[in-house]
Amino acid sequence: MGIDLPLIWILIIAFGLMMYVVMDGFDLGIGILFPFVPLRSDRDLMVNTVAPVWDGNETWLVLGGAGLLAAFPLAYSVLLSALYIPVVLMLMGLILRGVAFEFRFKADESHRPFWDVAFAGGSYTAAFFQGAALGAFIDGFTVTGPSYDGGALDWLTPFSVFTGIGVIVAYALLGSTWLTMKTEGALQGRMILYAKRIVPVLLVGIGIVSLWTPLAHAAIARRWFSVPDIFYFAPVPILVLATSWQLMRLLTGGSDGKVPHAGPFLLALFLLFLGYSGLAISLWPNIIPPGVSFRAAAAPPQSQGFALVGALLIVPIILAYTGWAYYVFRGKVREGEGYH
Amino acid sequence: MSHLDPLLLARTQFGFTISFHIIFPAITIGLGSYLAVLEGLWLLRKNPVYIDLYHFWSKAFAVNFGMGVVSGLVMAYEFGTNWSGFSTFAGGVTGPLLAYEVLTAFFLEAGFLGVMLFGWTKVGPGLHFFATVMVAAGTIVSMTWILASNSWMQTPQGYEIIDGRVVPTDWLKVIFNPSFPYRLVHMGLAAYLATALFVSAAGAWHLLKHRDNPRVRTMFSMAMWMILITAPIQILAGDQQGRNTLQYQPAKIAAMEGHWANTPGEAVPLILFGWPDMADQKTLDAVEIPHLGSLILTHSWDGQFPGLDDFPGPNRPDSTIIFWTFRVMVGLGMLMLLLGLGGAWFRWRGQLYHQRLFLRFAVAMGPAGLIALLAGWMTTEIGRQPWIVYGVMRTSDAVSHHSALAMSVSLVIFVVMYCAVFGTGISYLLKVVAQEPLRSPPIPSTDDPHLRPARPLSAAPDIDPTPTSGRT
Ligand code: HDD
Ligand code: HEM
Ligand code: HEM
Repeated sequence: MGIDLPLIWILIIAFGLMMYVVMDGFDLGIGILFPFVPLRSDRDLMVNTVAPVWDGNETWLVLGGAGLLAAFPLAYSVLLSALYIPVVLMLMGLILRGVAFEFRFKADESHRPFWDVAFAGGSYTAAFFQGAALGAFIDGFTVTGPSYDGGALDWLTPFSVFTGIGVIVAYALLGSTWLTMKTEGALQGRMILYAKRIVPVLLVGIGIVSLWTPLAHAAIARRWFSVPDIFYFAPVPILVLATSWQLMRLLTGGSDGKVPHAGPFLLALFLLFLGYSGLAISLWPNIIPPGVSFRAAAAPPQSQGFALVGALLIVPIILAYTGWAYYVFRGKVREGEGYH
Repeated sequence: MSHLDPLLLARTQFGFTISFHIIFPAITIGLGSYLAVLEGLWLLRKNPVYIDLYHFWSKAFAVNFGMGVVSGLVMAYEFGTNWSGFSTFAGGVTGPLLAYEVLTAFFLEAGFLGVMLFGWTKVGPGLHFFATVMVAAGTIVSMTWILASNSWMQTPQGYEIIDGRVVPTDWLKVIFNPSFPYRLVHMGLAAYLATALFVSAAGAWHLLKHRDNPRVRTMFSMAMWMILITAPIQILAGDQQGRNTLQYQPAKIAAMEGHWANTPGEAVPLILFGWPDMADQKTLDAVEIPHLGSLILTHSWDGQFPGLDDFPGPNRPDSTIIFWTFRVMVGLGMLMLLLGLGGAWFRWRGQLYHQRLFLRFAVAMGPAGLIALLAGWMTTEIGRQPWIVYGVMRTSDAVSHHSALAMSVSLVIFVVMYCAVFGTGISYLLKVVAQEPLRSPPIPSTDDPHLRPARPLSAAPDIDPTPTSGRT
């Protein structure tokens, strides 16, 4: 058979994870911006912009886990054992953030501030540990045979702390541009201001990671800086700069001083997509860096094939009804628009 | 096990987190179908009682669903964090099943949940009903896949072991493994029963508080019908499942019954109560009914079935625990039957809404469904030990290599977080249900341009509507 199952599966999982990062990214970003928005009614509004969709956004993370177990069980077990502590803490963050959506509104008046803190704290925790896990992933793991052989705290390095903070910043940008699109008036003004401050910080962060990884890992340096690859990959950093510049222009109102709407959010999504591609270029084809390629970790073809049928048939349907749900809740969200 | 054994810690952690998780999906499955029925009846009969009940219960549904999702997220990763040996070995089977669950069920629920909870002013009634039905269907599809996976671990088939890992050879055999149909029916009924008991307890509680209105009566009456129908079927389903288990996992049945040895030619009694002692290899202080064990399990007067002595020591599950969890489940099942019959009797006598003693009984039975469900799962899962995949892989070979320290710390984190977060959540849930079910304000029309994205979040009320205005 001519179908390259492992290749298709690694692409599906990469797609699922990217969907998760951008979609739950702006949900988490809202929690990350919470401490900077003191007004209760503003906070309610912010939460309301994502309340009907956050659950679907988070489901992409479940798909990532399940897809990895189905298609690359070895990677699933090694990565999750190696990242045990950051994964558990990330899950705790997601629990707090997730229940706070409902509990903020259902709690007694005296409990409400607590659930606001939980919402923000959960978002920070989840974002930080996702970033830290990413950093640890780039740094690679000690593997013997089919199992992880390092220590429980191997994931904790200056680099992973840095990427942890980096992901918080990236999500904050997604959150602020999402709210630029979904709100108006003073709150929107505030979000535009925050976005303008976050873009340069994020650029510096991307720059540092782009220097740090090739310096620390010869293989990554070779990937980027050898001829002819350098010519193929050069567009990535150039596009990052061009996108950020355009993003700043839109946020400052461009030449005609217009209030931005969806533009900044779309550009922020694209910026994250670029960063994501950069990482993929650095690490390809490893699924457990530094030494295990996705082919070596593949599940039997009977498993990959069976799950693939479902994925190819159903993911387009999922995208269709998810798109419909976003369409139903399109437009600006305003204060006091309760219905029951 | 005097010292802290990482295996024991991993099992405790998994058992703890999944026991919390299952409570929420069980209610989600039941309430999801209940809401779909309510909305359907409303569309059909236009009686406002149904839509008022829909709004009332959808608030509880929303809180419960949120907790189900976040506790489920943990489960999807725990196979890797705690059971990496199992995931590497059997991921080729359980992974695709879980992936199908995500693709066909979780996305479906999540995609339509927003419209179901917040879409009243944004889509027409037909489309809204469709969204509710999709959410309800998603919960049932979800149950089906995860039970296929779990049942395969109980009664594996349709696979080969190549290079030290499971390779599926026949997916139909994997999914429709021998215990799957029984487990699916029994678990589905358990979810409906647990929800019906919860709803009936809420109705009875309001009736006891003298809040006798058509909404309260309707919920109580519907729940009573549900219990009357499902409780007896559940007992029959349980009996069938027990016979299936006897065929495929005889050691589990022996342990559930505290049955150690057969005397040639003699019937097996049913031990009502006793203390199975694993060290002494006998059941102490047994209160027995002669022949009944044979009758129930073999459906014959003096048929025999294997005792624990027939299995080597290391292959025996812990009889002390599952003897008792099994009796808790069965005992509660009998009480549910009694409740259902009582409901029918008082309905016939025209006293269903006034018999205070009976109403108190219904309130007390509120948590019984969930307790029975947990007891049943403990029986099933602990009875599978020492195997994680029955007869194929031992639990001790499945565990990840974490230190006892890492496992203890994370277990403490889980216990503290779960008790605090879900404990509080359950208290909010009960508070939502304890509010008097009122008449809902009319739904604003869909094409009012001022009603753009309504406050989409919470399906629950932020403010209590004035209590008297809504009375009928
Ligand atoms: C409302 C919940 C509920 C009630 C009232 C009952 N059960 Fe149950 N039982 C379950 C909920 C449950 C469950 C949670 O759904 C289990 C756990 C795993 C499974 O498949 O179903 C279960 C497991 C389970 C098993 C273990 C099967 C195995 O491990 O392979 C047996 C033999 C029975 N049940 C039998 C019964 C009988 C004879 C009942 C008569 C009253 C009964 N159950 C009532
Ligand atoms: C939802 C209801 C369930 C409950 C309450 C439950 C309960 C438990 C408990 C108490 C244990 C610990 C048993 C012991 O170690 O002695 C356990 C173990 C386990 N269960 Fe379940 N279980 C449930 C469903 C499932 C499902 C659906 C699956 C798989 C798809 C599953 C897979 C496992 C695994 C992998 C273990 C770990 C190994 C072991 O200790 O047996 N469980 N479960
Ligand atoms: C018999 C056992 C189980 C049943 C019937 C069941 C059913 C469900 C249902 C109906 C939901 C929907 C949301 C809600 O709970 O309100 C759900 C959520 C979830 N369950 Fe379970 N589950 C079971 C066990 C498990 C196990 C063992 C796992 C882990 C592999 C798991 C993983 C999940 C996940 C990840 C979610 C969240 C998905 C989302 O985003 O909606 N479940 N489960």
